[in-house]
Amino acid sequence: MGPVLVLVTASGGVADEVALQGLALGRRLAPSGPVHALVIADEAATTGLGAWGATQVHLARHAALGAQAPDAAARILDDLATQLEADIVIGPGTEAGNTILARAAARADLPFAANCTAVRAGNPLTVTRLRWGGSLLEEAAIHAARAMLSVAPHAIPATPADGVATIAPFTPELDDADLAVRVVDRVAAVAGGVSLAEAKVVVSGGRGVGSADGFKQIEELAGLLGAAVGCSRAVTIAGWRSHTDQVGQTGTKIAPNLYIACGISGATQHMAGAKGSRKILAINKDAEAPIMSAADYAVIGDLHQVVPAISAEIRRARGA
Amino acid sequence: MKVLVCIKSVPAVAGRIMLTADARAIDTRHLGFAIGPHEECAVEQAVRLIEAHGGEAVVVTLGPAQALEQLRDALALGIARAIHLVTDGEEWDPESTAAALVDAIRADEGASGPFDLVLLGNEAGDSAGYQVAVRIGRALGRPTITAVKGMTMGDGSVRCEQEVDGGRDVYELRLPAIAAVLEGINLPRFPSVPGRLRAKSKPVEVSQPARPVQHLEMLRLVVPQGAAKQAEILGRGPEAAPAVVAVLQNLGVI
Ligand SMILES: Cc1cc2nc3c(=O)[nH]c(=O)nc-3n(C[C@H](O)[C@H](O)[C@H](O)COP(=O)(O)OP(=O)(O)OC[C@H]3O[C@@H](n4cnc5c(N)ncnc54)[C@H](O)[C@@H]3O)c2cc1C
Ligand SMILES: Nc1ncnc2c1ncn2[C@@H]1O[C@H](COP(=O)(O)O)[C@@H](O)[C@H]1O
Repeated sequence: MGPVLVLVTASGGVADEVALQGLALGRRLAPSGPVHALVIADEAATTGLGAWGATQVHLARHAALGAQAPDAAARILDDLATQLEADIVIGPGTEAGNTILARAAARADLPFAANCTAVRAGNPLTVTRLRWGGSLLEEAAIHAARAMLSVAPHAIPATPADGVATIAPFTPELDDADLAVRVVDRVAAVAGGVSLAEAKVVVSGGRGVGSADGFKQIEELAGLLGAAVGCSRAVTIAGWRSHTDQVGQTGTKIAPNLYIACGISGATQHMAGAKGSRKILAINKDAEAPIMSAADYAVIGDLHQVVPAISAEIRRARGA
Repeated sequence: MKVLVCIKSVPAVAGRIMLTADARAIDTRHLGFAIGPHEECAVEQAVRLIEAHGGEAVVVTLGPAQALEQLRDALALGIARAIHLVTDGEEWDPESTAAALVDAIRADEGASGPFDLVLLGNEAGDSAGYQVAVRIGRALGRPTITAVKGMTMGDGSVRCEQEVDGGRDVYELRLPAIAAVLEGINLPRFPSVPGRLRAKSKPVEVSQPARPVQHLEMLRLVVPQGAAKQAEILGRGPEAAPAVVAVLQNLGVI
């Protein structure tokens, strides 16, 4: 097999974890051959990539690359892949990574397989990729001279290697069309409470909560546990909570130590966002709800009675 | 202005996913179908743009006969007319999907003028290819932005926001443009009864494109074998509270 090229995205001088997972995949596919890494603009992120499996690092430098421009990134990736005659191009399965790989594939009239969890070399090369936020897997064949794919987050562990990579800076050729879509402004987020994605405990409510007002009981329990509040899509489309609270395939993916799901049936798309939870406690009046086969613990009953009772019991246990 | 929304009809799976015998599709015998969440928001965005700026919103889907239902859903929300590219039910890869949509866009633009904006979901609810929008943009030579969480119309341009670590990145695209949106960009409305009635008589243009050779060829689907758990029942009703607190203490949560 010919060379492998891996797009290494970075923020603030640090390579993204998923990009390092991409390097690990590249190493597996080319155990003795070259693994090229492409870093765009972020010079600090080039250091140490040899220790993650890269044999050669290409640093694209261009005056216009200060602002993010996905088409420029795609052109650089495509041009470099062509120059290196790469057989496989790997990117991180993040929003930024997927859009760059997709744009590069569109430029070159090549297929693109997003969010792969496994890749089998061969003719044709075959991949396993995520559908439905990971609730379903697809095995697919890539019929192309060059396989373009992204690696799903956490599918393949980043693997230390003992190599040292050479770093070769280059100035890509870019024109106005490549820079037409670029970041023109950045708005800072207003700092909120506990972030859902990073919370150690999440208390969520679903349709069973019944109303926006019903969430006071959920918030009270979350407050006592220092937890973030989450919800299901049934709740956001009803307008009871903002979409920023939604857990799931089209919401936030969470990975708390404990997830307390109240009045949530456990649809696959909801669990696609919650399955990273270490332990799950379901509170549901239906002992047959699908969530019962995803949860570790359950209380069967009306959440409007059970949730306040748990809050009261926590206060009692704390002697308050 | 003239806006196009691209939607895909996806099976409304809820519990465990069941596959057909050949494992090449989801068994939908007992399932309904729906517009994916991102695309519901794209439809809402299109309707709002037309409400604010006047003009016409059109919806298109490439999918089997049954996808007409999802086109009607969009028409019930205020989209003026629909284009149905009918398939025999066999899935199309994102590359050939984009090519069929590009052909439909060119044909419609030839007949009734250019679309200022083509709206899509960021990724299809089922197959999640993350690429149809940029392929359309590339083929038509129009600026394309994905993962859009905020949108404001300007004069001959559109301002689009993406959520990133620590805030929002702002892009400004010259029209005509392509934008793939994420759920949360807006709160979609529910169709009204008069809206549903009106939808029945709105025009749906039908054609049957030929399915090209698939370069990303789906071989089979696999339901991942998660460890099938059975939750330990801590109790029934509020009397279960002490048992819950004992678990919370065991887990070190309190
Ligand atoms: C492409 C796609 C993407 C999607 N993405 C997401 C996503 O990101 N996140 C998401 O959540 N959903 C998502 N969905 C929707 C998902 O399929 C379900 O419709 C949704 O998760 C259901 O929410 P729910 O569990 O709150 O409601 P329901 O399924 O209606 O369940 C309500 C539950 O509450 C219980 N209950 C009712 N009253 C009480 C009470 N008083 N006390 C205790 N229990 C009670 C019921 O027994 C039931 O189990 C997606 C769907 C599609 C098609
Ligand atoms: N069969 C289809 N018909 C119409 N639009 C589609 C179709 N498939 C995908 N799209 C649109 O393209 C977006 C991205 O799809 P994908 O790139 O396949 O994940 C979807 O959210 C839809 O808006």
